[in-house]
Amino acid sequence: MVNQSTSPGIVWWKWVGAILVLYSIIQGLLIQVPRLPILHETIRNLFFHVTMWFSMIAMMIASLVYGLIYLRTNDLLHDIRAKQYAYTGIFLGILGLATGSLWAKYTWGSWWVNDAKLNGASASLLVYLAYVILRGSMEDDHKRARVSAVYGIFSFTLMLVFLMILPRLTDSLHPGNGGNPGFGTYDLDSKMRTVFYPAVIGWILMAFWITDIRIRIEKLYIKSWES
Amino acid sequence: MKATNRIRYIVLFLLFFISSIGYAQDTSVEMADTMRANGKIYVVVGVLSIIFTGIIVFLVIIERRLRKLEKGQN
Repeated sequence: MVNQSTSPGIVWWKWVGAILVLYSIIQGLLIQVPRLPILHETIRNLFFHVTMWFSMIAMMIASLVYGLIYLRTNDLLHDIRAKQYAYTGIFLGILGLATGSLWAKYTWGSWWVNDAKLNGASASLLVYLAYVILRGSMEDDHKRARVSAVYGIFSFTLMLVFLMILPRLTDSLHPGNGGNPGFGTYDLDSKMRTVFYPAVIGWILMAFWITDIRIRIEKLYIKSWES
Repeated sequence: MKATNRIRYIVLFLLFFISSIGYAQDTSVEMADTMRANGKIYVVVGVLSIIFTGIIVFLVIIERRLRKLEKGQN
């Protein structure tokens, strides 16, 4: 039922992820950042808070892709992957909300502001929490896999609407929202880009690493349960 | 020696030591001050690096154990 091939050990991209994140921690605190009112040094949170959301979206894309692969192949291994990627994504989303809340307290003055992006983020997290509940409510493996893969498509679409589309239709305190921004309008200076992009790639790779471990643990669990 | 004289000597030596401490903190003397510069941000960088490296070591150990288990299963 489940694919029997062994997974490789620590493959190269895991080291790349670790080194990139370590680089972003060191360099993210040491580089010169633009001196902006209100933000002050907290602009460095860009390297840590925003990367959580980028890696959450990467996890949800992976979950969506494996859900679709499951629907094509009916191999339960892909369903396990889709599930674990979604779980890691939810975890990163919770971290994103928590760090964003702390950041908002000391820049916007409140733990929670009624902002389109914040409400959208929490709504999309709720949609994915419903995914977890949906999975838990079904006993039959293939039925659960099929229903949750279809629901995964739905929840991914909702997440895009909540995080990408709605904040741009209304005003938001987040930069790059309200109106129709390109990437150039993000007020990132070139020095911050040299840390931000490696940080994004590094955290995405770290998220894949952690999910890889969780997938392999679940495979082992299933194998020992079958034998 | 009178007690007041003894106090005078003690105060003299105390001031001598205090002034030497003050001299050691003189920034014109080149010391290994990296970890104290810029509001001691380097200390925070060090702490975060240690924590993150520790998490990586932790993940690597989990990887090794997992690989052993996977080999045992097949």
